[in-house]
Amino acid sequence: MRTPAFILILTAVAAALYFAFNLVGNDYLFFAGYTVLQYIVLATAWNILGGYCGYVNFGSAGFFAIGVYTTVFLYAIGQSIEEIFPEFLVAPMQAIFPLPVPVLIVIAGAVAGFIGLGMGYLTLRLRGVFFAIATLAFTVVLETFIVNWSFVGGSRGAYIIVPNEVPMFGHLIQFLFALMLILVIVALTTARLIERSKLGVGFATIRDDELAAEASGVPTLRLKLVATVVSGALMGMAGAPFPYYIGYVEPGSAFNLSYAVNSIAMPMIGGTTSWVGPLVGALLLGTLQQVATVTISSAVNLLIVGLLLIFFVIIAPRGIVGLIQDSWRGRSKS
Amino acid sequence: MSDTMTSPLLHIDQLGKRFGGFVALDGVDLSVPKGQRLGLIGPNGSGKSTLVNCICGTLQNETGSVTFDGQKIDGMVAHQRTHHGLARSFQLPRPFRSMTVAQNIRVPLLYTVNGRPGSHLSHSELDDRCMELLKLVTLDAKAGKYTTDLTQVEMRKLELARAMAAEPKLLIADESMAGLSHSEVEDIVALLIRMNERGVTIIMIEHIMRAVMTFSQRLVVLVSGKKIADGKPEDVIQDKEVVGAYLGQ
Repeated sequence: MRTPAFILILTAVAAALYFAFNLVGNDYLFFAGYTVLQYIVLATAWNILGGYCGYVNFGSAGFFAIGVYTTVFLYAIGQSIEEIFPEFLVAPMQAIFPLPVPVLIVIAGAVAGFIGLGMGYLTLRLRGVFFAIATLAFTVVLETFIVNWSFVGGSRGAYIIVPNEVPMFGHLIQFLFALMLILVIVALTTARLIERSKLGVGFATIRDDELAAEASGVPTLRLKLVATVVSGALMGMAGAPFPYYIGYVEPGSAFNLSYAVNSIAMPMIGGTTSWVGPLVGALLLGTLQQVATVTISSAVNLLIVGLLLIFFVIIAPRGIVGLIQDSWRGRSKS
Repeated sequence: MSDTMTSPLLHIDQLGKRFGGFVALDGVDLSVPKGQRLGLIGPNGSGKSTLVNCICGTLQNETGSVTFDGQKIDGMVAHQRTHHGLARSFQLPRPFRSMTVAQNIRVPLLYTVNGRPGSHLSHSELDDRCMELLKLVTLDAKAGKYTTDLTQVEMRKLELARAMAAEPKLLIADESMAGLSHSEVEDIVALLIRMNERGVTIIMIEHIMRAVMTFSQRLVVLVSGKKIADGKPEDVIQDKEVVGAYLGQ
């Protein structure tokens, strides 16, 4: 299937989902759906470096938080224009701020991508568990920095005063849900394009054998940097609307462990070698978590992730997609 | 005669490499002219693989220099050296396991051949090149198979075909015959000679003396990181120092 047709189908599914939720008329569906969609973006983004290149990144929460705090930072600027800017700039700045959420998403993507480039340059010469630990350390360093930065709220957190209604969309959550649907389309299309391109072949050689890849002429460091930038940018984009979704941000919620765990577990459960895997994993796990949140308690969410992860590591180490592929291969051989 | 015709394809000058206190290479000099079939032998731990790794950029030499095709390549990383025309196969086959045999061959075609200025192979040309190389190593019938379906000798052939796919000027075959049967060794030697006939200079590192003697036009012996002999194979194997240090008596 060609990319325009793929985008068209995704758009049609997204539009159908949006209108179906509207028909039900319950805002909670949008709240729950937003979280699941956010995890699809995070899982797809993680999979670009972790699944395609085989570099396990524990820094998802860090990149997500970069997106979150880019929004908070720009919001805080909008709130203190008169204190920050000289008098002649106050009027033009007041016309620009507050920035619309889609613009915040783009800026957050650029910031997270840029930081991803820096992190990648410092850490991508490490391999295996050393790289994983370095990404974890990156998140800790970033959280410490945010906790001590009072302009974005520091440890006390920051309030974002959000409008209740958005023109054309009605409630804010419907607007944010629509934005997250667009981000899902962007993330899945990016992942699929990479998978089917020369870049995807290069990523697969890095995952399979980096030494052999170099010997075959693959510029492994450059490709890994590309993967870190794309992956980081998408994670940052997923984080950008979060302050508008939640209304109050503090480091504990932005750097929550659940982002790191879920963005690893979802592709692992769905399958890491194709764009379908993270989508399936995030839909399954994200929906299960939302159901558990309303029926039991949100406290069991990580327990669900852990149990499913153990189950899949033992029963289907290549995830749901791998399991299906294996059964197809088995059938075609017999 | 022009300078390019007289200068060697590979020139190694006083190459040195240490691992902590262990001297792996101790001032090795070596010149390889274009088109030559060179055998490199030495006991385990003599520095053969370190030398290959330093030539190919997997390791960086600490002293001395490597000049390839008239250009100093010290400091270049492995993929840059591959682009310059230096290819290698590994002692233990390192296939891309998530790919089919043909897809393995496509990697150097996509990244090395297509990466060279003025070269852009279309999809059909890439497929044709893949099949041509697989025919050369008699793996064309297994083009669509995954590497897990290959036998040991087929894996070695795939290694060599993948190295050849980068269209190298110099191919270094690092113990391509270890663990193979008599007929399989003959098969690989014949394959390396066919590759040499296509104009590729080959350095073969090997322990199997029968294969070394059949293949090599020139033989170099390394012992404890030093070159102790260099010359015609029939002369080198009679050298007293070689017999004492390598073959044993």
